[in-house]
Amino acid sequence: MNGQRQYELVYVVSPQASEQDVTDLHAQIEATVARFGAQLAKTENWGRRKLAYEIGGHKEATYVLEVIDGGGDVMKEIDRRLKVNEQVLRHLVVRVDEELRAAERTRARRQGEAQRRAERRPAPAPSAQQPAAAGAPGGEGAGEQERDEEPEA
Amino acid sequence: MADEHRRGGGGGGRGRGGQRGAAGKEMGQRRSLFRRRKVCKFCADKIDYIDYKDVRMLTPFVPERAKILPRRISGVCAAHQRTLQTAIKRARQLALVPYVTE
Repeated sequence: MNGQRQYELVYVVSPQASEQDVTDLHAQIEATVARFGAQLAKTENWGRRKLAYEIGGHKEATYVLEVIDGGGDVMKEIDRRLKVNEQVLRHLVVRVDEELRAAERTRARRQGEAQRRAERRPAPAPSAQQPAAAGAPGGEGAGEQERDEEPEA
Repeated sequence: MADEHRRGGGGGGRGRGGQRGAAGKEMGQRRSLFRRRKVCKFCADKIDYIDYKDVRMLTPFVPERAKILPRRISGVCAAHQRTLQTAIKRARQLALVPYVTE
């Protein structure tokens, strides 16, 4: 279970660091990930971005995102390393697997509901044509809303 | 319809941010008549996961002074406001979104 976690790591590298420094840093993280038997699921270099506020006199910096599947011990080690590194202005580790799973669940639930509604709909269809113009005063407010939503889906 | 009416009347004296100055004035004049019912943007767009990395999604909720826009103004539902809040706070740590602006 411990190995099933997914983490997102974003780190902000000082603009003074060269491209080589950034790739070195990435290689270092990759090595750490491999050493702990975790997987690097995704890497994304956002390049230079303007900072929303100045950090140590810098107005822009390089952002890198890494998605890592692994246990907490990897992240602890990476976190420690990034803290030590002076070129890293900021970094953030977020555990995302649970949040993503929750999002997936709500999406599945909504899809299920949409399907059930679609199945229920054909039956009252002939009578539904008329009240479409006059609204659905017979039904409750919730029913009306549901009908409004569906064409978008 | 009647429902909307009641809501409009009930949501009386609210502080108006500068960024909705023109719209606020116009609405103030016909406040007791009708106010558009606000819908949660995230519910309407069916966004389940509010990503802290998606700055474009967050900026509308971090106006000028960089304060998090309150629910009573944005109309975001409670559940989404909660996730939005953590997303904004995470984005702030990474300097994607400001804490304050001068």
